[in-house]
Amino acid sequence: MSTDIRSAPETSSPAQGPVRVERRLSRLALWGLYLAGIALGAALSAATGFSITSTAVYGVVLGTLAVYVATRVVQGRRKATDRLVTCLVTSAFAVAMIPLASLVYTVLSKGLARFDGDFFSMSMFRVVGEGGGAYHAIVGTLIITLVATVISVPIGLFTAIYLVEYGSGRLKKAITFFVDVMTGIPSIVAGLFAYALFTLLFGNDFRAGIMGAVALSVLMIPVVVRSCEEVLKLVPNELREASYALGIPKWRTVVKVVLPTAVAGLGTGITLSVARVIGETAPLLITVGLITGTNLNPFDGRMATLPVFAYYQLTQPGTATQAFLDRAWTAALVLIIFVMALNIVARLISRLFAPKTGR
Amino acid sequence: MAKRIEVSDLNIYYGDFLAVEGVNVSIEPRSITALIGPSGCGKSTFLRSLNRMHEVLPGARVEGKVVMDGQDLYGADVDPVDVRRQIGMVFQRPNPFPTMSIYDNVIAGNRLNNKRMKKADTDELVEKSLRGANLWNEVKDRLDRPGSGLSGGQQQRLCIARAIAVEPDVLLMDEPCSALDPISTLAIEDLMAELKERFTIVIVTHNMQQAARVSEQTGFFNLNGVGQPGRLIEFNPTEKIFSNPDQKATEDYISGRFG
Repeated sequence: MSTDIRSAPETSSPAQGPVRVERRLSRLALWGLYLAGIALGAALSAATGFSITSTAVYGVVLGTLAVYVATRVVQGRRKATDRLVTCLVTSAFAVAMIPLASLVYTVLSKGLARFDGDFFSMSMFRVVGEGGGAYHAIVGTLIITLVATVISVPIGLFTAIYLVEYGSGRLKKAITFFVDVMTGIPSIVAGLFAYALFTLLFGNDFRAGIMGAVALSVLMIPVVVRSCEEVLKLVPNELREASYALGIPKWRTVVKVVLPTAVAGLGTGITLSVARVIGETAPLLITVGLITGTNLNPFDGRMATLPVFAYYQLTQPGTATQAFLDRAWTAALVLIIFVMALNIVARLISRLFAPKTGR
Repeated sequence: MAKRIEVSDLNIYYGDFLAVEGVNVSIEPRSITALIGPSGCGKSTFLRSLNRMHEVLPGARVEGKVVMDGQDLYGADVDPVDVRRQIGMVFQRPNPFPTMSIYDNVIAGNRLNNKRMKKADTDELVEKSLRGANLWNEVKDRLDRPGSGLSGGQQQRLCIARAIAVEPDVLLMDEPCSALDPISTLAIEDLMAELKERFTIVIVTHNMQQAARVSEQTGFFNLNGVGQPGRLIEFNPTEKIFSNPDQKATEDYISGRFG
């Protein structure tokens, strides 16, 4: 192996030169060493009964070791430490990516089977076996999330404005504390809260999409408050002072100067908080339940939602088990697409509305 | 238009901390008054107390009297927002509104106060203010472009245009040239010389040559030590301050023996 290392370009300098030119390992040599380490790891794994996990673990350790030792011999300790940390950080990133890649692959491969026109146009009304679709659940998810957003955004945004622009002293501290506590509320507790609230108000048999929306709002409000608060804090104080110095009252400064300056960040934060709640299952399971038909009225009757739909398709398959499993996977795929679309929208918002520099 | 400001026994606090103590001064209309002194001696704090910008900070408060045109600016029935409409301010760092065009920046003070104006009147006001700030020729072709695209010196003149567009009586300037190069500084100094025909100008500066060049009256602030309140040590015509000051401390500061 040592011959490999020396295959790096010969750059040893005459000792009398004013600048000491270091011997260096080429990129190619480094990658070669790392891959050799992985190959060795695969061999080691094969010796003890081959598996991908052990190959990865042995390979990363051996590859990192090979790069470290070689760099240490050729280039010294400082550069070797640098390479060691680079290897560790990159490996950690790769490990973190494995579940994501695996999840996307699994959902795509299993979900594409029913990713067809019927899935988006038909409900499960009078469907017991194959066929059917999740139109009712998609519409339900969109309606409930929309209502939850309509409830959460004003409350969250105004709370954030209060905290940043007006709040002081004990009340501000208390609100910040309770928002933090709310962030940690388990989603099932939010669902039980909404269930109890509406049972108290309207009796035992009341079921409506609004219950789910309220439950989701409980989860969403703290996220909106937090993200909006951070964004509003970023607005430079100089702009507020410039506005006050023109004789503009405080509330108008907030509305006309602070909010427009922060609008990109606010839009991004709100969109991401929608993405955060759109896939919630537990609170919807106990509040809005599930129906097979389409219900467009969030104030009356049960509603289907994608997460709950997927849950029931998976746990209570009928006679045609495979058809139910396929629908569950496709529902999961559609949810992931929603979340991804929301993230893209968030990015677009932050790009489109960012203050222009004009250069 | 331009008005005289009489300050008597002014104490300025940050919470319990007395930052500036016992200022008595009379600021003449249609002239430039410069405030000099070492860092942390309370010049800017004093300046911000003249248009009640000081109290924007939490816990900040003021004792004493600031009288403009016979009215105490700190009177119980005076709205600080009204005070600031009459006494404009330009800050150390240029701070045009990043979401607004050059045009909108100039009329921000009017538009954000919901003053209804005809399009022609607005155009006229924008041109007049930008001409007043010596910026019109440089920006007249790109009024709809964002103000943050201008150079630092142009941005500062845009901020001056914005401040004079609301027709204040007094213009306060807090180190308006400290972030600018000599050429932009010269442009703003020339501008001040023109503006003093219409406004009362108070400028805080660290640059003693600037104070000597532009001002008629100069006030020297100093403090005895860290944690002590700042005081107005001497207030005299600029020529006297720079040639034959009454106080030893003023002479030491101006001749560069400290500070």
